[in-house]
Amino acid sequence: MQQTSIVAIVVACSLCWLASGPASVTAAPVNYQIPQETAVFRPGPNVEVAQGNCTACHSVDYINTQPAMKNKKDFWQAEVTKMIKVYGAPIDEAEIGKIVDYLAATY
Amino acid sequence: MIDRRDLLKGAGLAALLGGLGGTSALAGDVVTLPFANGERPLVKYPQKRPMIGLTSRPPQLETPFAVFNDGPITPNNAFFVRYHLAGLPYDLDPDKFTLEIRGKVDKPLKLSLKDIRKMKATEIVAVNQCSGNSRGFFEPRVAGGQLGNGAMGNARWRGVSLKSVLEMAGVQAGARQVTFGGMDGPIVDKTPDFVKALDLDHAMNGEVMLAYGMNGEDLPFLNGFPLRLIVPGYYGTYWVKHLNEITVIDSVFDGFWMKSAYRIPDTPNNAVEPGTTPKATIPINRFTVRSFITSIADGARLKTGSTTLRGIAFDGGAGIKEVAVSTDGGRTWINAKLGKDLGKYSFREWKLPVKLAAGAYELKVRATSNSGETQPDAPRWNPAGYLRNVIETVRVAVA
Repeated sequence: MQQTSIVAIVVACSLCWLASGPASVTAAPVNYQIPQETAVFRPGPNVEVAQGNCTACHSVDYINTQPAMKNKKDFWQAEVTKMIKVYGAPIDEAEIGKIVDYLAATY
Repeated sequence: MIDRRDLLKGAGLAALLGGLGGTSALAGDVVTLPFANGERPLVKYPQKRPMIGLTSRPPQLETPFAVFNDGPITPNNAFFVRYHLAGLPYDLDPDKFTLEIRGKVDKPLKLSLKDIRKMKATEIVAVNQCSGNSRGFFEPRVAGGQLGNGAMGNARWRGVSLKSVLEMAGVQAGARQVTFGGMDGPIVDKTPDFVKALDLDHAMNGEVMLAYGMNGEDLPFLNGFPLRLIVPGYYGTYWVKHLNEITVIDSVFDGFWMKSAYRIPDTPNNAVEPGTTPKATIPINRFTVRSFITSIADGARLKTGSTTLRGIAFDGGAGIKEVAVSTDGGRTWINAKLGKDLGKYSFREWKLPVKLAAGAYELKVRATSNSGETQPDAPRWNPAGYLRNVIETVRVAVA
């Protein structure tokens, strides 16, 4: 829900903030408008599985900006495991391997 | 306080400052940080000038480094942004905002912004620096936000001391820590909410504060409007934004963001052999001492003759005693002249006139704090990419 509303927002001008008025003297809520997300996944097998899971909680630039590691498979396996075990990402058991393979092959 | 006039002025200023360090910084441009996979878009957010975009959801923005040459105070519209969880309070209503103080207190409180603004105000100039600032320079590289050196900034914060708020509530005997939660939260229920803790002594030291003002204006939304925690000398992870929950507890807080995340090796230098895992860790705490040359970018070409090198230095709160500069790759050092002292938690400006004949130079800068801490020649390493403070080198060609 959060995701849809954010993606739908396009900032037409940098002064949109003004529309909400001076925050400390009116009763208007902030209504902060953030720019549209532009980062996209690199193409590769199972990209749609990564798309469907990873972007529920964060933008793709979280992945795109990671350095190319020596052992890509171990690195991305550890990242995906962290998302599930630590951050509680609801990823189907059957899709874990596909996501790790996609990330290791593509990044 | 933000009013329309200030905002318009700010917007005009941002437009004027569009070209930073001689390069166009209009949104749509790309900057390349000096490490592998360092390409970043310059992005434009409301209340911000074009910033180096690390991530967009949640937003993480890095300050273009040339800003640090403009003076010791980082403008609000250039101040870095770091969030952990994508549930931001985009629609928060400052008139309905309340800060709750609860837990082991005699009198739980609910304070409005008006209540807080009526209290005795205090101000401090203090650096905020992300724990992961400069992580992109770690070798071997480590996972996490791949930042250059721009996830830091220095501002004059205005608000009330945490001590005065806790005294109003009356801390009970047996209290050990105070926890802090903000209005930003996770997308998935199972993700641990972002909550941080300080020991009671630290929380009551009179310096930790709840700030609503930043450089004479309200906090920008992305820097924690309408209220954030200021923990002078400590890494930004403790500076909880959109702060609305303070809880006094009689135990050591064991939430994820204290117990598992933001940990550093429990070794003398908080470092381990590169690529290895520490045996024991402690929560990250005070900044290491750092200094930068801000007047010349790495790889710059200069004309022979006199030039004045300028920059900044800071540490975790002892204050800067000395800044030394080397123009010969670290063989000899000359003390720079320190600028105005804005307080022991602030950036300290420095400058040094030098004469350079034709040739290639490695310019280095090294700060020493009043506690004797200085910067190492070789980078220290830890698996999370924290605490970087190696002596910085700027390579220039003079002709």
